[in-house]
Amino acid sequence: MSYLSLTERDREEMLAAIGVSSVEELFRDIPAGVRFGRELDLGPPLSEQELSRHLEELAARNVDSSKELSFLGAGIYDHYVPAVVDTVLQRGEFLTAYTPYQPEMSQGVLQAIFEYQTVICELTGMDVSNASGYDGTTVAADACYVAKHATGRTKVVVTEATNPQVRQVVKTYASGFGLEVVEVPHRGGVTDPDELRRAATDAACVIFQQPNFFGCLEPAPDLAAAANDAEAIAVAHVDPISLGVLEAPGAYGCGMAIGEGQSAGNYQSFAGPHYGFLAARKEFIRRMPGRIVGETLDAAGERGYVLTLQTREQHIRREKATSNITTNQTLLALAGLVHLSWLGPQGLREVGETCMSLAAYAQSRLADAGLEPAFSERTTFKEFAVRTGRNAQDAIRSARERGVHPGYALGRDYQGFDDALLVAVTERRTPADIDRLVEALAK
Amino acid sequence: MKLIFEKSQTGRRGGELPHYELPPAKVPDELRRETAPRLPELAEPEIVRHFTELSTRNFGIDTGFYPLGSCTMKYNPRVNERLAMLPGFRDLHPYQDEDASQGALELMWRLQEALIEVSGLHACSLQPAAGSQGELTGLLLMRAYFADRGEAEQRDTIITADTAHGTNPASVTMAGYNLAKVETDARGNVDVAHLRQMVDERTAGLMLTNPSTLGLFDEHIEEIAEIFHEVGALLYYDGANLNAVCGISRPGDMGFDIVHINLHKTFSQPHGGGGPGGGPVVVRDKLEPFLPVPALVRDGERFRLDHDRPKSIGKVRGFTGPFGVFVRSYAYIRSYGPRLREMSEVAVLNANYLLARLREAYDLPYDRLAMHEFVLSARSLKREHGITALDVAKRLMDYGFHPPTIYFPLVVPEALMVEPTETEAKETLDEFADAMLAIAREAENDPELLRQAPHARPVKRLDEVLAAKRAIVKYGFDQHPDLSGAQPEPRQLEAQKGT
Repeated sequence: MSYLSLTERDREEMLAAIGVSSVEELFRDIPAGVRFGRELDLGPPLSEQELSRHLEELAARNVDSSKELSFLGAGIYDHYVPAVVDTVLQRGEFLTAYTPYQPEMSQGVLQAIFEYQTVICELTGMDVSNASGYDGTTVAADACYVAKHATGRTKVVVTEATNPQVRQVVKTYASGFGLEVVEVPHRGGVTDPDELRRAATDAACVIFQQPNFFGCLEPAPDLAAAANDAEAIAVAHVDPISLGVLEAPGAYGCGMAIGEGQSAGNYQSFAGPHYGFLAARKEFIRRMPGRIVGETLDAAGERGYVLTLQTREQHIRREKATSNITTNQTLLALAGLVHLSWLGPQGLREVGETCMSLAAYAQSRLADAGLEPAFSERTTFKEFAVRTGRNAQDAIRSARERGVHPGYALGRDYQGFDDALLVAVTERRTPADIDRLVEALAK
Repeated sequence: MKLIFEKSQTGRRGGELPHYELPPAKVPDELRRETAPRLPELAEPEIVRHFTELSTRNFGIDTGFYPLGSCTMKYNPRVNERLAMLPGFRDLHPYQDEDASQGALELMWRLQEALIEVSGLHACSLQPAAGSQGELTGLLLMRAYFADRGEAEQRDTIITADTAHGTNPASVTMAGYNLAKVETDARGNVDVAHLRQMVDERTAGLMLTNPSTLGLFDEHIEEIAEIFHEVGALLYYDGANLNAVCGISRPGDMGFDIVHINLHKTFSQPHGGGGPGGGPVVVRDKLEPFLPVPALVRDGERFRLDHDRPKSIGKVRGFTGPFGVFVRSYAYIRSYGPRLREMSEVAVLNANYLLARLREAYDLPYDRLAMHEFVLSARSLKREHGITALDVAKRLMDYGFHPPTIYFPLVVPEALMVEPTETEAKETLDEFADAMLAIAREAENDPELLRQAPHARPVKRLDEVLAAKRAIVKYGFDQHPDLSGAQPEPRQLEAQKGT
């Protein structure tokens, strides 16, 4: 199957208009030594029906969250995506448009991004948001690049209770940025502000996660203060779905707020595509990476929207750009805008409270069944670590035999937690689902 | 039209949630949110209308012809959207056990194999989220490769062409390299004499797009590769223009060691108004140990993720990359199979046909056969009638077309970079050519019509200078700045191009 429109007659007419006798002749500038001399080995072309069948067979070999009761989280969550998100994202005018270089052709997506930026600023308490980054890991690296240039310092601090994938990506980018990365260990599931303060000396920024990777609520205002005391930029990595319940980073002294947007509006989709968000105080506006949409007027004095502050960007500033970001995650950010508009402020608070209540219920039911929380002193949000009393991989295996995926094996990333599971409870799980989880994990 | 916040009414709501009889959540006072975020408050019907109205103020490939040069705006098959939404893909968690995600891993492995075949190299990582992230990944691979050989200090410079996408130099800086720029010769190739003066033992590598952003295949590519390989340096292929050469010439055979592929260009991931994309990297075997973790490997009939790669550069994105993009691009490749060659042939045929129809009315800075795109100049229109590439672009909107890329590449003044892609019918190409020719006549007869264009869009030309000066980047609610006193001028920044 192909998506070509030319008929044989079209081709002949076109070749004649060009003044060549064959399609082959169009490639005469390619030296003979680098021409490909055989057919691509890609399997035969498939019709739409054959293609569908092939991919349906591959999809059927995956156990998704409609086939198995899942408590997996650890950065990607099974929140409810309302139908209206699908409806908007399948509008061809959004789906099949490029980056809005020509604003007169692109007012729809430009206004949508402006609204998205507003929503992100409202959630985080920041002054400016970009139009999205790739995901929740790369925006952390972007924040380090902003901080390096804003402070002139070459060290960044990340708490160990920050998602391991975020830390790994920061370390990869740091080798190119010329940054040293220092990690501050957790103490019983949260970060000690005094320890963080000592580490923050001479740091460009301090990144912590709220709620952290273990699901625990960090003493976030104290962590931000610790960073600020060292004149390092406090960067909170936050979950948008928590921000109807938890305080906005801007309200407790952070200079930047970043995060993985997936929990607002995106399916799990085996980790993507999703969107990362990056928001900052206005003092950093000219150091921001990526696209930013601004309001202006047209020649008739009517309101309109354009890509703005483009002198930060690679297509103008080239090697002096604040980042190389070009393609971002606009469609996924649009999904976030639609989902958050559907929830509204009251719905967002209710989702947060529901997740938190359900997670607390799960924790107490598991404790009743003899599975103790790993960090019993801590308040958690929608996720928590629990000791299973045996190797967590074994616990997962036996629970899955009962149709329940009980969570993420924390020992994959943290020493001393081989028996611990990280259990995520979204608003899609019911108390009855939690009872099944308890049964599946009971020894 | 109104912003969604301006349609909001306190107390109105869209969705409702299930309610469970459970003890209420206990948020510690010092962490509890004090002021609710001002999210929109609308009922669902109004939400649907709002976004539907926004969509009518936007233009996509589904709306019409979109010959944005270097962006490969081809048709996005609808079956691919349906397949990406299969629950087995859409609702799959990335930490699902490997035995329960074999279908996803196999799809990714098959896509890797296809990209390896198309690029003529040996190993692939699907992890990078976009072309520019593929570039950064490629440069970090170079760093790791030279560090492993004890040449990290010695090799500090990357060479790019003066026709390069802006992402190339930006990526060079992010990777911690120095940048050197090689010039373009009179035929639009890399200036080999200039190149020979630049390349030495300090050179880490070259970043090159081939065909170039001028839409020209570099006739000296073998010699260029030799110049770099002789001094032990590496060649990086910016795959933005791969749509011209699938099954015709492979980057690995040209001598490139690292390639990134824009899945949202050549392999039809819809671009979503700015993203998502996908920027897998494919490398020669000597670079494989340095690829991002985890690597996806096949053991007999099983597929698994290998995290034990001691020489790896690490991770560049979460998990294993944007999987939904892989579903669409894999589907696209399987629908064509070896006919990908025909896809590229028609892309090149369409471009040359359009060029043949337009070459008399516009300046052609490099008079050669084009590949999948070509660059015209409005230099004469500007000199004779004061009409710029921007004016031509804006007037095209009135004819119902998305304009080409303008003012890029930088080496061509008043550039109009046209990429029709292979999925357009001849009638569409003819209508576009007719419009371009009509505009050239209008430039002579009624230049003011062009300077005021567009006339048929939801807005007139916008004041970008005012936008940058005021920097209103979010809605301010009751304190929203009032621009009504400003005297707007249609001032636009010339450079409007990325990849």
